[in-house]
Amino acid sequence: MSERYDVVVIGGGVVGAAIARELSRFRLRIALLERQAEVGFGTSKTNSGIIHPGHDTSPATLKGRLVVRGNALYDRLAAELHFGFRRIGQLNVALEPADLEVLQRLKAQGDAKGVPGLELWDRARLRREEPNLSRELWGALHAPSAGVINPYELVFALVESAERNGVALAVDCPVTALAADGDGLAVHTPRGVFRGRFVLNCAGVESDRVAALAGAQTFTITPRKGEEYMLDKRLEGLVRRLVFPVPSPKTKGTLIIPTFDGTIMVGPTAEDVEDRDDVATTARGAAAVFAFVRRLCPSIDPRDAITAFAGLRAVADGNDFVIGPTSVRGFVHVAGIQSPGLTAAPAIAEHVRDLLAAEGLALVAKPDFEPGVRAPARFAHLAPEVQEALAARDPRFARVVCRCELVTEAEIDDAVDHGARTLDGLKFRTRAGMGRCQGGFCTPRAMEILARRLGVPLHAVTKRGGGSWIALPMGAEQEA
Amino acid sequence: MLGRMEGDYDVVVVGGGPAGLAAAIGARDAGAARVLVVDREDEAGGILLQCIHAGFGLHYFQEELTGPEYAERFVARALDRDIDVVCSAYVSGAGLDSDGTRRVRVMREGHGIRTARSRAMVLAMGCRERTRGAVHIPGTRPAGVLTAGLAQRFVNVMGLLPGRRVAILGSGDIGLIMARRLTLEGCEVVGVFELMPFSNGLTRNVVQCLRDFGIPLHLSTTVVEIHGRDRVEKITVAPVGADLAPDLARRWQVPCDTLLLSIGLVPENELSQALGVELDVVTQGPRVSSTLETSLPGVFACGNVLHVHDLCDYVTEEALLAGRFAGELAGGVKRPRDNIRVVPGDNVRYCVPHTLAPGREHTVYLRCQRPLRPAAIRVGDLVRRKLGFVTPAEMITFRIKPDVLDRFHGEARRIDLLGEPAGAHLAGAEP
Ligand SMILES: Cc1cc2nc3c(=O)[nH]c(=O)nc-3n(C[C@H](O)[C@H](O)[C@H](O)COP(=O)(O)OP(=O)(O)OC[C@H]3O[C@@H](n4cnc5c(N)ncnc54)[C@H](O)[C@@H]3O)c2cc1C
Ligand SMILES: Cc1cc2nc3c(=O)[nH]c(=O)nc-3n(C[C@H](O)[C@H](O)[C@H](O)COP(=O)(O)OP(=O)(O)OC[C@H]3O[C@@H](n4cnc5c(N)ncnc54)[C@H](O)[C@@H]3O)c2cc1C
Repeated sequence: MSERYDVVVIGGGVVGAAIARELSRFRLRIALLERQAEVGFGTSKTNSGIIHPGHDTSPATLKGRLVVRGNALYDRLAAELHFGFRRIGQLNVALEPADLEVLQRLKAQGDAKGVPGLELWDRARLRREEPNLSRELWGALHAPSAGVINPYELVFALVESAERNGVALAVDCPVTALAADGDGLAVHTPRGVFRGRFVLNCAGVESDRVAALAGAQTFTITPRKGEEYMLDKRLEGLVRRLVFPVPSPKTKGTLIIPTFDGTIMVGPTAEDVEDRDDVATTARGAAAVFAFVRRLCPSIDPRDAITAFAGLRAVADGNDFVIGPTSVRGFVHVAGIQSPGLTAAPAIAEHVRDLLAAEGLALVAKPDFEPGVRAPARFAHLAPEVQEALAARDPRFARVVCRCELVTEAEIDDAVDHGARTLDGLKFRTRAGMGRCQGGFCTPRAMEILARRLGVPLHAVTKRGGGSWIALPMGAEQEA
Repeated sequence: MLGRMEGDYDVVVVGGGPAGLAAAIGARDAGAARVLVVDREDEAGGILLQCIHAGFGLHYFQEELTGPEYAERFVARALDRDIDVVCSAYVSGAGLDSDGTRRVRVMREGHGIRTARSRAMVLAMGCRERTRGAVHIPGTRPAGVLTAGLAQRFVNVMGLLPGRRVAILGSGDIGLIMARRLTLEGCEVVGVFELMPFSNGLTRNVVQCLRDFGIPLHLSTTVVEIHGRDRVEKITVAPVGADLAPDLARRWQVPCDTLLLSIGLVPENELSQALGVELDVVTQGPRVSSTLETSLPGVFACGNVLHVHDLCDYVTEEALLAGRFAGELAGGVKRPRDNIRVVPGDNVRYCVPHTLAPGREHTVYLRCQRPLRPAAIRVGDLVRRKLGFVTPAEMITFRIKPDVLDRFHGEARRIDLLGEPAGAHLAGAEP
């Protein structure tokens, strides 16, 4: 197979997805290539889910400029794409008197950048607003524009919107070689060659390697691991806002995060690692996270951790985003998108659009661009009468697949219709398996539906693609 | 009748496992005319349907049955008694009306969502397994880490193997049973790792499922890291000290592609909590009176939703009783309230029921906190009975005769277990 495109996007994380969707507004042939079984399974799934206000990053950096614009774009994006998003506000708190000065500097920096509504709170105000925080804190800077999202929902929705507007998605499609091809490049994958006039390197922690494939490696990536810990529902409502310390040069610090779904999460750590597959959580990381957040909020207990994960920030040597054309004609970096990349992604997409136009890509708006996608069915959130009416109409709404989150067969089917190919894909689209029993009940049911819908045997169902097999057929030993 | 659900009921039972079925039978035999059992699986019988090993019914039927056979007998008895049993039907909510009517909301495939009303309700939802989240194992999150019960379902119901080289964390009964089952299916079970200095499973299972197959049981040992990106590749294990903290200097690695978790069961009480039933923080099940009535009048509980049982026969015994009291209540029988509180004393982790009444014989189920031998049970200066060897894995069943309580005046009765702590390593393998 060999197809010709105007733009080939390598990497189906939030960055690649946002760009593909932005470009799908125009009369262009676009392909989005992702090496994993589903989009969004890289760093874009394993992060804090915070839409940062942007006062803590210097306007001298690209990331510092794009973050504020990105934040502002989220209201419209959420209205169009129906992912979970809420502006809950953020506090940077002063653990020591000296931090109060830093807060003033942050406020001045934020005001100058146009971050809305920044306000310094004294100890009394802080205690009133967040009574469960440590009584030792000296004060805080409040940034009301901070928000939280379900990041995987964002990526799924961006890609769905892109596909609906004509973008060709290829998953299980790792780029293995890049070669000059007329006035563009040929992108080689096990699923064929994709020829593109422009090829965008949005490969996250792999972006330096993809750059090397093109002969355009101008930077190296150092993965910086962050571990995050989800806490028991017992602690829901403990804090209402995101709670940050004052930032250090390397990180925004360890935080208390009331996630979009209400669960409290604490983290992340920030540790440079060598292995790009190293998403292991560690006893050391847990100890560091809990020791720190207990200074912010003493009632958080390590025993409340119910699950944990780790993600890798793609830190390029300059410690800033690497966005722009390269010496290889048509090959464009959108690389080193470390934090706050999630926040900045919609602004990165605009930035890349303008950059491609400047490079000669003709942008002719499509009159039939459709910005919206349908909100996913969420049975558990409906009023009882609505649930009853649905179940009366469609029997699949009366078959419970996940008991903890009350997910019905109709929602599982819907997720498959929208691209779920793995158990994790179902989980992150429907929440089946995210509850207390962690899949003990729904795994067999979800496997059966997936197998039936994909037309494969049960043992071919995977957790997240690749070698993540779940079970073997009985008697396989003899066959093997 | 199978599949019928119409009109109002005397007693509605949530959950059609051994507890639910026996409760329904108990209610019917106590005179309740209309009894309904609701279960979310496609067939009634609960967890027994996947327990195809023999080992059920020794106490109740004096013969050894498989799980499905044991369940089958109760399904037949329920249907003989004209009890309505509906399956593929999930109870998604329950409530009490102001006039005292109990309500359950049933989501049922092919029948939409309906409400069933009754005079009494029995909670029999069973329990679920604890997962990785409960034990905080550092490392990656690959496929191949699953609970032993899910693995059992794979093997016995779905015709799948969970992996080829299997390690097991925790020595709960399901894990032990699965160690044997998987060995018989040609898998290599590389070892069972148990944090405590004694097994958490029944002694007979340690002998018949591990020892007879040469599978090592590593007591006072735990898993400290899981490795592998897509699929489990190996685990790191380490011995633990008296404080249960791992000694990493003595850790070692075990290659395997699967890690089964058999680290305990938790009563499934979300529905009870939504109803407003008071729970015991130790059992994580409802607090109940001697009639197995919860803190909400007319709402009863039995089986693993009340407290985790070791043997199904005791579930049946307890559930018949709960059903009987539910049936009587639906028929208008009133009993005086209990006036004696049972207090778990020395070495006792919990006692169920939580209160007793004079004038009747009672069965109190209790569990000890650690292995003891020789053990004795003591109720103040009224009773002292020898028990031999006791271990937390095995429930202690204690019958209290009416005369004992009649001699007692006061409001709380403390139950103690006496004895010497039993040798650390022997406990699991005691014949
Ligand atoms: C712990 C942690 C917390 C964070 N918290 C926040 C936060 O709260 N707010 C915020 O704004 N940002 C946050 N970030 C940063 C944010 O998550 C990232 O900036 C963002 O997800 C990067 O998106 P991406 O698309 O560049 O990378 P990715 O999501 O990693 O996407 C890259 C994709 O490229 C694919 N790929 C790689 N190589 C190839 C190949 N050869 N062929 C085909 N496909 C390939 C990968 O499989 C992957 O799907 C956090 C990051 C971490 C690690
Ligand atoms: C793997 C395993 C092996 C065992 N081996 C032995 C053995 O060898 N010998 C022995 O004596 N005992 C054994 N037991 C113990 C015995 O099986 C249990 O004690 C017994 O099944 C408990 O009965 P139950 O009815 O309380 O719970 P369950 O059997 O779990 O039944 C509860 C039922 O309620 C249903 N339910 C729950 N919530 C809802 C809802 N909201 N709506 C509708 N339905 C609902 C469930 O689907 C389930 O069918 C074993 C248990 C397990 C798990």
